[in-house]
Amino acid sequence: MPKVGSVADLQILREQLQKDFSRRTDTNTVITVGMGTCGIAAGARDTMQAILEELDKRDITAHVQTVGCIGMCSREPLVDIEQAGKPRISYGNITRDRVPQLIEEHLIKGQVVEEWVVGKLQRD
Amino acid sequence: MRELSLHILDILENALEAGATLVNLDIEENSAANLLSFEISDNGRGMDAKTLEQVQDPFFTTRKTRRVGLGIPLLRAAAERCGGELEIQSQVSLGTRVHVTFELNNIDRAPLGDMFGTLMGFVVSSSNCDLVYHHQVDDRCFEFNTREIRGAIGERSLAEPCVRSWLRAFIAEGLSELYGKSQE
Repeated sequence: MPKVGSVADLQILREQLQKDFSRRTDTNTVITVGMGTCGIAAGARDTMQAILEELDKRDITAHVQTVGCIGMCSREPLVDIEQAGKPRISYGNITRDRVPQLIEEHLIKGQVVEEWVVGKLQRD
Repeated sequence: MRELSLHILDILENALEAGATLVNLDIEENSAANLLSFEISDNGRGMDAKTLEQVQDPFFTTRKTRRVGLGIPLLRAAAERCGGELEIQSQVSLGTRVHVTFELNNIDRAPLGDMFGTLMGFVVSSSNCDLVYHHQVDDRCFEFNTREIRGAIGERSLAEPCVRSWLRAFIAEGLSELYGKSQE
């Protein structure tokens, strides 16, 4: 059984975190995955895993969080992407297979994937 | 839902929405007793008697109480069709406890499924809530406490890429040893 108590690798991790801290750039990106009963039943857990994998693969720092049901159950899994100074975009039916394209277009190229958009919330 | 781990994630998310800062998740798979059970308890805001009654009834859930919605009735139905039961207790401002049992070998019992996905999804996204996990499979057990992990790395967030990859390896190894798939 792996033990948190055998802290050698956690110590290494701690040092790496401190090192990374200087080069880490906060992209001010927040990704929100709908994880209510409806989202979970529609595959949101896989979507979340795919998002985490994609972020790690491309070395993107973004805050990933979950939220309960917002009432658009038929379009689950729902994924919102919010970046500083830009409108918050809600995407619908984001199953695992759509995640790589979503990350590529929205986060890398900075282009909204219009065909999947279910809502936009303008920020002041 | 096709996996018990999806139900577990659903209840964990309820705890987050109830503002919990600490969640205990205990899972036991006991072949001798032919029992699979899990218990999730949180220190969230809890529910009064009326709300507690409503969350257990799929037809009387209103929008205002939809923070639980169908989740509890679906889980209760899953348990009851496998010779088990669901018990839920809650106290305002103290928290909620959900205890569910299943016959381990019941043909209708959904598999526990992807606990790895459930744990990763919850741990990474819940920056204000700690998880104490205890999972027993007969005489083997896997346990961790995210508060200890945060303490050891000196960082509140478990969402940094290098922490995530450490967590991924740690949880995958813990779960696989639990089911006797260790390389050693």
